[in-house]
Amino acid sequence: MKTLPRTDVVIIGGGWTGLLMAKELGARTHLSVVVLERGAPREAHGYLTDMDELDYAIRLRMMQDPSLETVTLRHHSKQRALPIRQFASFLPGTGTGGAGEHWQGWCPRFSPDSFELRTRTLEKYGAQRVPEGYDLHDWGVTYDELEPYYTRAENLIGVSGKAGNLKGKISPGGDPFEGPRSAEYPTPPMKMPHLAEMFRAAAQSLGLHPYPLPAATISTAYTNPDGVHRLGCAYCGFCERFGCMIGSKAQPTNTLLPVIARQKNVSVRSRSSVRRILHDRSGKQPHARGVVYVDDAGQEVFQPADLVVLSSWTLNNTRLLLLSEIGQPYDPVTGRGTLGRSLTHQVSFNAAVAFFDKPLNRFMGAGASGILLSDFDADNFDHEKLAFLRGGKFEVVASGARPIASFGAVPGSVKARWGSEWKKAALRYYDQNGAIFFSGEHLANRSNFMDLDPTYKDHLGDPLLRFTLNWYDNERRMAEFSGPKGLEMARAMGATDTLPFGGLQNYDATRYQSTHIQGGTMMGASPEESVLNPWLQHWDVPNLFVLGASSFPQNPSGNPTLTILAQTYRTADAIVERYLKKPGPLAG
Amino acid sequence: MRRRQFLVLSAASIGGVLVYSLDRQAFRLAAEDKSLRIPLRFFTQDEAMIVAAACSRIFPSDESGPGAREAGVIVYIDRQLAGPYGRDRYRYTTGPFEEGVPEQGYQDQANPRQTYRDGLKNLAGFDRLSPAEQDEALTKIEETHFFRLLRGHTIEGMFCDPIHGGNADMIGWQLIGYPGPRMSNLKDVDQHFGEAFRPKPASLQNIFGKDTKLSPSEDEK
Repeated sequence: MKTLPRTDVVIIGGGWTGLLMAKELGARTHLSVVVLERGAPREAHGYLTDMDELDYAIRLRMMQDPSLETVTLRHHSKQRALPIRQFASFLPGTGTGGAGEHWQGWCPRFSPDSFELRTRTLEKYGAQRVPEGYDLHDWGVTYDELEPYYTRAENLIGVSGKAGNLKGKISPGGDPFEGPRSAEYPTPPMKMPHLAEMFRAAAQSLGLHPYPLPAATISTAYTNPDGVHRLGCAYCGFCERFGCMIGSKAQPTNTLLPVIARQKNVSVRSRSSVRRILHDRSGKQPHARGVVYVDDAGQEVFQPADLVVLSSWTLNNTRLLLLSEIGQPYDPVTGRGTLGRSLTHQVSFNAAVAFFDKPLNRFMGAGASGILLSDFDADNFDHEKLAFLRGGKFEVVASGARPIASFGAVPGSVKARWGSEWKKAALRYYDQNGAIFFSGEHLANRSNFMDLDPTYKDHLGDPLLRFTLNWYDNERRMAEFSGPKGLEMARAMGATDTLPFGGLQNYDATRYQSTHIQGGTMMGASPEESVLNPWLQHWDVPNLFVLGASSFPQNPSGNPTLTILAQTYRTADAIVERYLKKPGPLAG
Repeated sequence: MRRRQFLVLSAASIGGVLVYSLDRQAFRLAAEDKSLRIPLRFFTQDEAMIVAAACSRIFPSDESGPGAREAGVIVYIDRQLAGPYGRDRYRYTTGPFEEGVPEQGYQDQANPRQTYRDGLKNLAGFDRLSPAEQDEALTKIEETHFFRLLRGHTIEGMFCDPIHGGNADMIGWQLIGYPGPRMSNLKDVDQHFGEAFRPKPASLQNIFGKDTKLSPSEDEK
């Protein structure tokens, strides 16, 4: 195996977190930084002719190719895990920018109490209210500690929104439940299509607190602190599953690559697929020596490095540590081990589909042009008589309906799914329906975890990652609560007919929910409980940092990207200001 | 190499189909005398007649407007099956193949081509049945993987960009008032509340011109 010249830093994965770390280290240090991206190169201007629903949104042209690598799924430890042969319930990315290229652009902050979930819940409700089988965790970082980094992440993207809590002062039109913000959003809220305005009016009539969705599909032209200029959104409706044609949706290629391109000490190697992190256990303190990867010529090479940053999304972060035998795999029987534990998704579904008697012009919109409310999120409502903890956000987003995926929605009264009767109903309602979407917290259950599959392999012969994942009481009860709420909101919007949610059954790999998979390398305040310390540094291997939602101890209902970016900024500060001056554990 | 196959349709049943040759040149198949000859990439003519008839029952041409026949859905499906999708280029096809629970997703070895070939064995003579008999035959198979594919492909062929062979003349988009991939809705997105705003449809080739390099997935190796 060829050994390449040593580099100071090797970064595994060229998505949001890996490229943000590369940009920060490139700008603030003289370190040599190599980013290894397994997929093909991409550039910001490569999307102009790609508004093709079939190839992008249906055939998933931008996503990870499952023929090379996928994950296996079983609902519980006694079931046989089988490969998810085509991605559907979540859509991992690949290539420069990763899933950050084809995201939808929702940028909520997490509720302050979600970072101290265990402490706050036990204080208020006592241990007896924690449902059977669940572990609640604190993150080891608080909202107040993260707030300045949230602001930096919002400024990086230019997030469009309206503050609800500016330095403790509640301001109307924003989210009154949000944590105190040190600054207003960098750009004003997006224009709202008809469907979203209908939801805002309906929510107000119900005494709820609707507010504009914080959006990375920015409302107006914006220049960020790095001098990167982007245009305002044109509401073409090709956001999620696409790269932005005009670059108004913040993506790693249009927000980070322009800066990195000018940095002489950073290089990005695409088609470079990392197979192992090599580490040395012989000394007092184990340390990572570098990574082995398959390069674009198909050759296996060793890239030595002093500092290793693992930033390859939840699946690969967890899998690479398992394959590299770094850390102790979680055992659900004994509860010992931390690597792979706390696998969570997001409790996401259409709480109700509403049918109307007027057209909505739904082809117009953007991934994040919508209205949401947090009245039933986190601990913002009275749980005294409820049989579950936490909650979720209700959202109506006019994201630009595309015809293949949108055609065929009919009220519950229409039973046919093909033929004339179905066609007529589907035509009638094609532009006269809208979903009230619910995205709820998914708490960590002791039965949900990741490990290596004993049977199925990737194209290189390495074991696939195995999900053991199902829904349990807290999610099911939350769904039973939110379905009727969605119907109530649909009626307040003037729906003439509805399609209710059918309830959560087993975890379904064939139904799209969200591309938010968390856990596996969770962060926390103690090495017995977590893989990473509060600076996202590996507890056992101090020259290894792990970025992304794999660090989340549980899913806190909102979409993860903004928090991931905030955490990456915080880790970059810790590396530059503390670690480089005195390499070693930052906590302990 | 197999003998070149054509789908021959009566000109009375179809107005003329816009199709794309392998080098992406759009051409309209005009009626020659009383019939149309459409070159097929995957199906035999007999198979194509059956699939076209089945798609027409799934998405019929009726008093509510045109359907799968006018949109050229059969041309779309033929090209999809001939391309990488048809042979499962982008599915995890490593064994062992085991029966799972439905929530684990489709687990069989058969790729879409094989699924069609197997499914069509049960529909011999389908195109010569009466509409009521055809509906009865489809109802019998509506829980099968083959039917799920057929239904999904019919919707895709109705509403895809015409570059893929379906939605001929944007007839599917016109049916639902979808304008195609509009570059900007900035001036209109917060207007027209409560009334139908229906800009004239335009396809990718209308917008970007014939010379723009577009690479639909069915033409990949």
